Amino acid sequence: MRIGLFVTCLTDTLFPDTGKAVVTVLERLGHQVDFPAGQSCCGQMHFNTGYRREAVPMARGFTAAFGGFEAVVTPSASCASMVREYFPALAAEAADPGLARAVAEVAPRTHELSVFLADVLGVTDVGGYFPHRVTYHPSCHSLRMLRVGDAPLRLLRAVRGLDLADLPDAEACCGFGGTFAVKNADVSAAICADKVAAVRMSGAEVLCAADNSCLMHIGGALDRQRSGVAVMHLAEILARTEDGR
Amino acid sequence: MTAPSGGSMPTYLGMPSFPAAARTAVADSQLRANLTHATHAIRAKRAGAVAELSDWEELRQAAKAIKDHTLAHLDTYLLRLEANVTRAGGHVHWAAGADEANAIVAGLVRGAGADGIVKVKSMATQETGLNEALAADGITALETDLAELIVQLGHDRPSHILVPAIHRNRAEIREIFRTRMPDAPAGLTDDPQALAAAARAHLRQAFLSAEVGVSGANFAIAETGSLVVVESEGNGRMCVTLPRTLISVVGIEKVLPSWRDLEVFLALLPRSSTAERMNPYTSTWTGITPGDGPENFHLVLLDNGRTSALADRTGRQALRCIRCSACLNVCPVYERVGGHAYGSPYPGPIGAILTPQLRGMTDPLDQSLPYASSLCGACYDVCPVKIDIPTVLVHLRGKIVLVVG
Repeated sequence: MRIGLFVTCLTDTLFPDTGKAVVTVLERLGHQVDFPAGQSCCGQMHFNTGYRREAVPMARGFTAAFGGFEAVVTPSASCASMVREYFPALAAEAADPGLARAVAEVAPRTHELSVFLADVLGVTDVGGYFPHRVTYHPSCHSLRMLRVGDAPLRLLRAVRGLDLADLPDAEACCGFGGTFAVKNADVSAAICADKVAAVRMSGAEVLCAADNSCLMHIGGALDRQRSGVAVMHLAEILARTEDGR
Repeated sequence: MTAPSGGSMPTYLGMPSFPAAARTAVADSQLRANLTHATHAIRAKRAGAVAELSDWEELRQAAKAIKDHTLAHLDTYLLRLEANVTRAGGHVHWAAGADEANAIVAGLVRGAGADGIVKVKSMATQETGLNEALAADGITALETDLAELIVQLGHDRPSHILVPAIHRNRAEIREIFRTRMPDAPAGLTDDPQALAAAARAHLRQAFLSAEVGVSGANFAIAETGSLVVVESEGNGRMCVTLPRTLISVVGIEKVLPSWRDLEVFLALLPRSSTAERMNPYTSTWTGITPGDGPENFHLVLLDNGRTSALADRTGRQALRCIRCSACLNVCPVYERVGGHAYGSPYPGPIGAILTPQLRGMTDPLDQSLPYASSLCGACYDVCPVKIDIPTVLVHLRGKIVLVVG
């Protein structure tokens, strides 16, 4: 299958290894992965902060970059839900029938990585090896917007050597919330403190999620506490093999 | 009714915007401990009560459909309600805003020759600032719900829709009773039963001597002109049956077409709010009945920004709210901040979408409320009337950006 990688702005600028890991996993499964250089942000940050008009060109840019692929795969449940859930409304608001058609064509073929692997391709064992104790934080948008269900957990359970630890109060928000973390920094940090305590209680060496935005937020706090707990995107764990790659 | 306009909540004027108030609240470790304990306990109980019903999703869908239909035909059902309340011997008053509603109530209390009232817990009168308005008129209002009494005695503000004193633990409540309740028994402990007994004794004489009772209503049934109050303590039952005059201040969105519709909401509300299969007291009354209960009944129908909210296609779903508080109890922001920072009797996720719509979005506090959320979506999942709170939050942010830039 010819797949377009939608890397997302946050992963591109802060966690480029995640993008490389997505390519590794998809190529290992025999797919061709392209990276359209014209891609940019999905516009969720603008949209969720109230700048709806400013998000419209981002939606146009997305459809221009990703039209024509059999599937578009992204390592972010949050950005995937923006494309799938909110692009249609945005196109309608902009009264742009061309954009609406383009969105109708590309949005249903845009998938978050774990859903694409486990549900679209029907693969849970992607050949990964990761001999560490890992706990998984289900991001709010993966859980309650995109409703990925247990797809990430099925993938993690199939990784050889991986010891999956329960995360107390796992479904609670980490407090990031995009610009919420800027506009209400004190509340955001207070929410994060409880998530960090739960991660430490899990006894895991690695905290995993399907969204780097949450991992950036929780990981920052884990680092400042010198907790010794690392954060890794799901793709990076799935990409690891016995060869150490 | 007058043209759509913003309502007001006079008691909350001049409060700081959410981030500033929240910063102070988050730093209060006692408050956070009280809130974490309380919200986690009710959250787990609610989940259990909801899981007992196999048709929960169908009930939610039905409730949403009933409310949407009623809101789309509000003019029809309100006039039907008015006609049937009047036919049953009640009097209906229409109030466009908070001041008008308060003035109507004050006039009715004076007309009854009284200088005090006993109150059922009511969100509508918290919204209008009725107690403060009556006090300015020389009329004393006594809150008879235990938590509202704690708030009133503590010269405090409610911080939760269902549990107004959720920010207080029992040691703090004992201290409030000991210092502010003149007839508090000597040696009062912080045992919950002892605290409730002290409040019961304090309120009993007021119930028996009150000339006027004031309530809100959870529901108003248009087909018969009946009002419904759902409660746990029985104080509401006292207030709506013992005084000679009963005044009910009710938001116009509380109307339901028929008794058949009520069934759906009586299944949803107790499980969502107190995690009970059924609440202990459900009081219903229709106008007046000679020789039984109040001799005079007045219904004050309150707009206070509701028709303005109704004009917004996306925002109007906030008017489906039945004030259960499930969204507060699951909200990560509310759990850390409590209710006071929201600057309104409606805190938490529902407050963040309801308050700005009722008051208009001209004040910095109201402009900050739709941003008081991480958009985690937990509120939408538990809402018994399926209000898509995250979508409304983002929608309102869009409106605020157009105003503020």
